[in-house]
Order: sequence, then structure tokens, then C-alpha cells
Amino acid sequence: MNHGLRLLSVIAVLTLVAVLAAVPHVVSSGFTLSLLNQIGIGVVFALSYNMLLGQSGLLSFGHAVYFGLGGFTALHVLHTITGGDLPLPVPLLPLVGGVMGLVCALALGWVSTRRAGTIFAMITLGVAELVAASSNIIQGYFGGEEGISGDRMSGPVLFGLTMGPQQDVYYVIVVWMLLSAGLMYLITETPLGRMANAVRDNPERAAFVGYNPRTIRFMMFALSGFFAGIAGGLFAINYEIITAEAVGINVSASVLMMAYIGGIGYFFGPVIGAVIYTLLSTVLSAYTEAWMFYFGVFFLIVVLYAPNGISGVLAAHTPVLRAHLMHRLMPAYATALLPTLVLLLGAILLVEINYHLSISGNYDSEMSILGVGFDAASWWPTLAGLAALVVGGALLWRTLPYVGLAWSEVRAELAGEAAP
Amino acid sequence: MNRHIRCTGILTALALVGAPTALTAAETVRLAYIDPLSGGFANVGNNGLAHLRFLADRLNEAEALPDGMTYEVVPFDNKVNASESLIALQRAIDQGIRIVVQGNGSSVAHALVDAISKHNRRNPGEEVIHLNYASIDPALTNESCSFWHFGFDAHVDIKVAAIAEHLANRPDVTDVYLINQDYSFGRAVAAAAEAFLPEARPDINIVGSDFHPLIKVKDFSPYVAKIQTAGTDAVVTGNWGNDMSLLIKAGREGGLEAEWFTFYVGLLGGVSAIGEAGVGKVKQISEWHANVPNAEMDEIVTSFKAQYPDFDWYYYRLGTMMDMLTQAINDTGSTDPEDIAFALEGMRVDTPIGEAWMRPEDHQLFQTLFLATLSNDVTHDVENSGIGFVTDERIELDDTILPTTCEMQRPS
Amino acid sequence: MDTAFFFLFNGIVYGLLLFMLSSGLTLIFSMMGVLNFAHASFYMLGAYFAYQISTHIGFWPALIFAPLIVGCLGAVIERYGLRTVHRHGHVAELLFTFGLALLIEEIVILIWGRNPMPYSVPSELDFALFEIAGNSYSAYKIFMMLVSISMLLFLYGIIARTRIGMIIQAALTHPETVDTLGHNVSRVFMLVFGVGTGLAGLAGVIGGNAFVTEPGMARALGTIVFVVIIVGGLGSLTGAFVASLLLGVIQTTAVAVDVSLADLVATVGITTSAADANDLMHKTLSQVAPILPYLFMVLMLISRPRGLFGTRDA
Repeated sequence: MNHGLRLLSVIAVLTLVAVLAAVPHVVSSGFTLSLLNQIGIGVVFALSYNMLLGQSGLLSFGHAVYFGLGGFTALHVLHTITGGDLPLPVPLLPLVGGVMGLVCALALGWVSTRRAGTIFAMITLGVAELVAASSNIIQGYFGGEEGISGDRMSGPVLFGLTMGPQQDVYYVIVVWMLLSAGLMYLITETPLGRMANAVRDNPERAAFVGYNPRTIRFMMFALSGFFAGIAGGLFAINYEIITAEAVGINVSASVLMMAYIGGIGYFFGPVIGAVIYTLLSTVLSAYTEAWMFYFGVFFLIVVLYAPNGISGVLAAHTPVLRAHLMHRLMPAYATALLPTLVLLLGAILLVEINYHLSISGNYDSEMSILGVGFDAASWWPTLAGLAALVVGGALLWRTLPYVGLAWSEVRAELAGEAAP
Repeated sequence: MNRHIRCTGILTALALVGAPTALTAAETVRLAYIDPLSGGFANVGNNGLAHLRFLADRLNEAEALPDGMTYEVVPFDNKVNASESLIALQRAIDQGIRIVVQGNGSSVAHALVDAISKHNRRNPGEEVIHLNYASIDPALTNESCSFWHFGFDAHVDIKVAAIAEHLANRPDVTDVYLINQDYSFGRAVAAAAEAFLPEARPDINIVGSDFHPLIKVKDFSPYVAKIQTAGTDAVVTGNWGNDMSLLIKAGREGGLEAEWFTFYVGLLGGVSAIGEAGVGKVKQISEWHANVPNAEMDEIVTSFKAQYPDFDWYYYRLGTMMDMLTQAINDTGSTDPEDIAFALEGMRVDTPIGEAWMRPEDHQLFQTLFLATLSNDVTHDVENSGIGFVTDERIELDDTILPTTCEMQRPS
Repeated sequence: MDTAFFFLFNGIVYGLLLFMLSSGLTLIFSMMGVLNFAHASFYMLGAYFAYQISTHIGFWPALIFAPLIVGCLGAVIERYGLRTVHRHGHVAELLFTFGLALLIEEIVILIWGRNPMPYSVPSELDFALFEIAGNSYSAYKIFMMLVSISMLLFLYGIIARTRIGMIIQAALTHPETVDTLGHNVSRVFMLVFGVGTGLAGLAGVIGGNAFVTEPGMARALGTIVFVVIIVGGLGSLTGAFVASLLLGVIQTTAVAVDVSLADLVATVGITTSAADANDLMHKTLSQVAPILPYLFMVLMLISRPRGLFGTRDA
């Protein structure tokens, strides 16, 4: 069984590698490639964050510090490379970022990880604000409002990658992503990774076994800083510029939300979160100015009703699938689907109308949603939105119990199967 | 400008008649507008966007472009952040847009100049051109100049030189205080003032110079108290957006009696914030203001206000920019950025109030400038405040010309 | 000297405003163990509601109604949001208020747009009350001081004198005991959350027009308020008061001090090269000032997590 699983996962990884390697030959659109590059960076960053929140139970509000400082250092080193003083191939630059992330995490983590819980969260917030505010003062390093920029087409060429075209950057990001994700996965399998879980769940008991919880937290923090720095280095290569915002609270907030929405209880949860966040922030934001609003609502719903994130919801269905009981849930899901869609449509309509009217510069009240054009200032679209919201909400309220019922039946059956 | 639109319209019509009838599907000339549309400077960015859309609509209506081509403005939000701007640029390029219009934030302009020249070097045949209507760090058309960048507003040194010229005849002003935003543009204003003012009149004292962080200051009263204590006769500031309106509001509340020499008081919120207290005291140096007598501009001011009631016509230079772009496309019959760039070099156009010239050596536009003071006896007021500008001095194009250190690298 | 007084005055006005925010936050934190990330968002809502009300029926009714609406909203959010996530633990609560702060900002943009609101000081108070050495003291700032002081005296009165105040005080230190004594602690929570957010709303009403009413105003204040309650000592109103004034004064006066480390060194006879103005030695205090609060906060958390006046750890 175990052998089969291992073989299966090896095949899965190899397929993934093959697909990722083939992508640039299939897609030619620059947009898709830059989207994939962003996702790759996000994946490394979100996975590194989950080493803290998911695996060690440490809620950090300042993870961007290690990402940003890694990126800044990578660009400063890139300058040295461009100047001809350092024969380092640019594809290895993320390692520089990682080392910087590690060094900073070692220095700042020593004080931050003395406590867990709320105090840890507050210290990370304080450190983050401290670094962000310092960016105004240490302008030599942070480059002031202009930030630091560089030219990635310099230094010795590695594997024929000139780093000019997006494609080359894509390959570098993919390799670093796979490497980092693999390493981070291996860490969860080591005694350190296991002890981090123990410290998260019960620090006293972990201490009894002979491990100092603080040391475990510190080591996890430092490693997580290393991978965040790698992500920062990848960012530096991809955009060739970094500004003080990269160490700011917004970036820290987005990685927190990526990891949490994806699901912090599963190793690959943050990957889902990174993909969703990047898609929303690049694709959806091209269609609607309200994308951050939708994302905020989505985040709150996850916090309130699905604390294990999307991967938690998916994982809940795995035993059902395995027991071939999905058909028992489907009818209930199908009945709930229509009201949900109506509710969503109503909500989206109202939000979009409001945004359209409130953003100055949009003096044309004509707008369109899903290809249907209408006048946002007239009363009927608002009324339709409200009606859809109310009807959808009421129907959903009625149909949700069916879903609950179906689930309890399935659960009972699963328990019955497992019992004998 | 109307005259100009009409001219190009007629030219287009002639071209259409004379052209062989093999008309291809009409091309859309898309302009990526990369400016702040959210955050503390959102109002400034939205104002520029309204201007640009207004101009694009007019030019389309007048069929100013050849072959039935039309303009389309595609907005991208950059939050006045250099790295966000590059993400926006990447998005614009991914969508196939090759003309970038940007104005606010010299930090952004520097980042874009750098990124665009890298992009153009790496992707021959897919070049992008950068039309900058408001970032006026002198470095952009001096040491950091680029073939792909065109500056349509008079840069800091030109404006400060005009202020210095005015102060040379104002013996009542001796103690000058400088307060500016802490980034390349604000520093350039301070540096220019420190260089030009004592040169124009050796008895001028710079009694203080402050830099405050961009957007972050919510209460300027401590700065005002400092200005007050220094015994200031005149304040020189390049502040814009909320940094301008809050500064001037604090000045009024603190009872500051000094004169203000500003770049952007007429731009959103400044005039409303100072109100009657600013009459006769607050000045602005710009390429135009609404009370420069001119029938063509009066018509634009009125119809713009009718269409966008929240904003006043402010960016005269955007009109000049669009006219030049239109003429370049008409002259070359091409929308390729390289052709447009070569056509723009050295171009002269007649704007409603005078000639404008794009200097080929550094891609800096030279135009007539006005030093104006707030007055409550005006035809066109700002933001329905009853207060508007009256001209103190009109500085002709030839008197605004400063040398450049630009060493332009042109594509071969 | 007179200018120093002017700075002190401005600092105190700002400090009192901070205290109106931090007092509510302190109460909420010490009772429920929740650091309410969205606290400054209620400040923002107060400003926007006040603006909206004042365009219809004037500033004075807004002074009453806006905080009330904000307080009710806060109570509802506590009842239906915070209490729901409570069972998932403190991390979930923290994340909830964090998401809430984000959402409130977006909702404000959704309704009022991104531009600053023309919410201005009422004309009755828009004049200079007196003038010292050329610096005029605006009547509105004096009014702000009066409102915050009277509000705080009122609050102190309630906490010190009334029965509910006693329960709150007891719940601050011994929440379990109060619960076992049969008091409905969760209703007290709701009330405290409502009052705390209402107070933040009131601060928004009087701060929104003194400074600027725009969607970024919550973010600008958010972490500063945290600094105040952590430095002052969690659960200590006195601490929050002292820290608020301290931070208010530091933030406003630092602008005036043009002394750099290099200048200080120079007074003892060592001159450093003035070649690089970007060098840390040549940064004036006004430029270094923004990092001081956070530096203070981090040092305090590491060395003395109970803060200046706190009696227990967070």
C-alpha cells in the first residue's frame, strides 16, 4: 500500500514537472506566462508562511519583512553583477535572497519567538512596522520612493538562459518553486517538523519530551524566513524592481490570506490559496474594481465557516469519494447550487452598480455585467439585484438543511463502514 | 485646440478621399493610462483620466486619426508605487498596448523609463513609448533621458527659474521657506530653489527646508508652526494631491501670512482648502489657467465641466500632448512607437494660446508659462469656490528654455 | 518656547484622540483577549457617518448619532461575528477582526468612493480662538479636547461608580469568577464592544474633519493604537492614557527637531564627513521619529510584555 502510494506520488510529481516544462511551448501569450510567474512566487511565499502558521501555530503579521529584505538584497547583488564585480549567474540570485531572509529571521526571530500566541503576533506586527518605517530612513538600502531596480540580463549565462524573455524567467521560477516546495515538504517529515506540530498543539508536553519549544519555534521561524527570502529573490528577478511596499503590511496580509484560504492544515493548502489569490488579483481585477471586496468577503466566510480552508473542504470529501458515496451528496448540492448562484448574482450586481457609481471618473452610467448592458443609475438593476439577493438568500436558507441531512447520512454510513 | 482638431480632421478627410479604397478594419489606438486610481492620490489620477477620456472622445468625434482609427483609453491603477507601475506596464504590454500615458509621481516615471528601455531593448519590434504629462523631475530629460520618454510639462528647473525671475523684482520678499515631499521630485524642487533664488537676488535667504514623507502626513500644523517661527515671507512648495490641500489648510488654520509659490494649488482641493484666505497670496506656476482669455479654451472648460462636474479643466498640456500624438500618427501613417517617437522629435504645434515645441535633444516640451495669483474676481473659478487665478506674468516659450545634459541614445 | 507650547498643545489634542480609540481597545482586549484589528475602522466609520449625517442635518446631530450607530454596529458584529469564531480560538478571532478591517475599508470605498470627503469643521468653530507668538489656536481643536476629556470623565464615572462598571472591572481581572458569580459575561462583552467601538466612532466624528476623511484613515491609525495599548500596558486605562499622550506629543513635536546624531556628536567636538546625507548619522530626529513608536513597542513586548502600567501579561 505504502509502496504503491509512493510510486503514485512519484508519478504525479514527474507529470507535474513535465507539464510545467511544456507550458512555454504551448502557450505563447505573455499574459499567461507572467501570471504563472506570479503564481510560482506566491506558492513559495505562501508555503513558507505555512511553516509558521500551519505547522508551528505561529500567526505572523510580518512575513513580508523576510520576503522584502530578500528581494532588496537580491537586487543590490544584481547591481554588483551588472557592474561586473561578481560572476554570479542571475538564476542563482534567489539563493542570495534566501540567505538574507535566513539571516534576518535568525536575528529577528531570536526575539520574536520567545513567546507564541498573541504576543508573537504583536511582536511580528511591531517588527514589520519598524522595518517599514525604517525604509524611509535607510534610503541607501531601500531606495526611497523609487525603490531599487536592476537589469537581470547580466552576469554569466547559465544553461543558455539569457534572462531576457519571460520564458527564461519562467523556467527559473519553476525550478526554484519545485525545489523549495520539495525541501519544505521534506522538513515536515523530519523530527523538527514533527516537533513543530507538537509544540503547536501542546508546548508543555513537547517540553516534557525534552525539546525546548522556543528552540523549535526559532528554527522553524528561521527556515521559513529562508524560503520567504527565496520568494523575494524570485520577485526581484521577475520584476527587476522592488520598493518599500514589499516589506509592508499589505504584502504580509496577502500571504496570510493566501495560506489561510488555501487551508493551513494541509501542506499543499497554501498552494491552492496562492493560485486563487493571484488569479483574483490579476485576472478578476482587470474586470472589476471590487475584487478586493469579494476577496475580503470570501476570506471572512472561510474564517467563520470553513476554518480549514479550501483544502479542508476538499479533504472532507475524500473519504466520501473513496467510499463511492458522492452520489448521495450530489442531489443536495444540486438543490443548493441554484439559490447560491442567484444569491451571488444579486450580490455581484449590487456591488458592481455601487462601485461603478461611486468611483469618480465613471461619469458614464452605462455598464455591463456578463455581457448584459444597462444603465447603472436607473432603478431597475438595483431592484433586480436586491430581489435576487433576497430570493436567493431565502431559498438557500431553505435548502441548506438538505445538505446537512445528506452529510449526516453519509457520515453515518462511513462510520458504519469503518466500525466493523 | 479646436482649430487644430478641425485641421487634422480636414487633413484626414483629404487623406481618406485620396487613399485607395482598400480600407482595412479600423484600428484602435489604445493608450494605457498608468496613474493612481486608488489611495491618497486617487483624485489626481481620476482627474487626469477624465481629461484624457474627454480628449480621446473629442478627437474620435472629429475623426482626427487617419483610416477611421480611434483612440481608446485603458486605465491601470499604480497606487503611485514604482513596482505596482511595472506590474501595470507588464499587464498593458500583455494586452498589446504600446503607448503608455503616465503623469503622477516622478518615482513612477523613473521606474517606467527604466523598465520601458529594458523592454524595448529585449523585444525589438514590440517597442513601447512613454508619454509623461506631469512628472517633472529634471533628471527625466537630463541625465536619465530616454528616446522612448517624452515630457510634456515644464520640468522643475524651468518652473523654479520662472519663479526666481519673478522674485528678482519683488524686494518685499526676502525670507523663503521650502517644504517638499521626500522623493526625487520634492528634492529637485528644493535643490532648484536653493540654486536659482539666491542667483536671481542675492539678498534672498532660504530660512528653512523641510522634506516630509509622501502621502503619509495627516496634520501639517507642526510644519506650519515651524514656517511661522522662521519669519517666512514666502513658501515654495511642489506638493500635490492631499499633501497640497492639507498643507495649505493647516497654513490657513495656523494663520500663516506668508505668500505661497506653488506648482499645483489649482489641482483638486488646494483652492477649496485655503478659500478666501488665499486671495492675493497664493500663486501657481503652470502652462495655463482658466482665466487666460481664449475663446477656444473657454468652450473646453465649459463642456468639460458639464460632462465631469467634479473636476475642472486643468491639464492644458494633455491637449497639447494628444494633438502632437495625433499629428505624429497622421504624419507617419503609422502607430508604431518608433515612428511616433521620431515624428515627435522637434515637432512644433500651435496650441490655442501659443506655440509648443518638443526639443529633439532631450524630448522636453517647451511652452508658454503663466505665474498666476488667486483672486475672487474671476470668470472661471476653481471647484465652484468663487476663487480663480489671474495672471501675474506670462513667460514666453523662448524665455523658458534651459540647457540640457541629455545624451540621447537613438535606435539605429 | 511659545512654539514649544504650540507643539505640546497639538500633541495633546492628537493624544486625546488616540486615547479615545485606545481606551475602548484596552477594555475589549483585557476582557475578551481579542486584539481588535478593526478598531480603527470603526473610527473611520464614525467619520464617514458623521459626514453623511452632517450633509443632511448638520454637525451637531452627527456628533450624537454617528457614534451611536457605530456602537450598535459594533455590538451586532460582536454578537454575530466574533462570538461565532470564538470557538475556533484566539487566532481565528484575530483573523476575523483582521478580515473585518479589510472589508470595512472596501465597503467604505464601495459606498463613498476613494476620494477624500469634503467633511469640514463646523463654521461655528472655524476660527482662531487665541494667538500666542504668531501661532493661532483653532477653536475646533479646543473643542476636540473638551469633547474627549468630558467623554473620558464620563466613562471613568461609569466604571468607577456603577454596578455594571464594577462587573467590568472585575471581569478585567477575574473573568471566570465573574462568570461563576452568575453575571452574563457574554452580554457584558457585547456591551463593552459596543461602547468601545462607539467611542472610536466618536473619535472619528471629531477627528475626521480635523484631519482628513478618506478610506486610508483607518490604516494610518490602526497600528499606532496597538502601540499605545501595548506600551501603556494591556488592561490598564491609566497606561493607555499616558501612552496616548506620550505618543501624540512625540509624533507631533519630532517634526520640529532638526537635530541629527551627527550634530550631537559634533557638539562634543567630533565632526563626521557630511558627504552622504543619506547616512544614518545625518538623519534628523524628525526623520527618525516614525520608527520610535514601533521600536518602543517591540522592546516593550520583549522585555516587559505587561507594558508600563499593566498588571498582567498579554
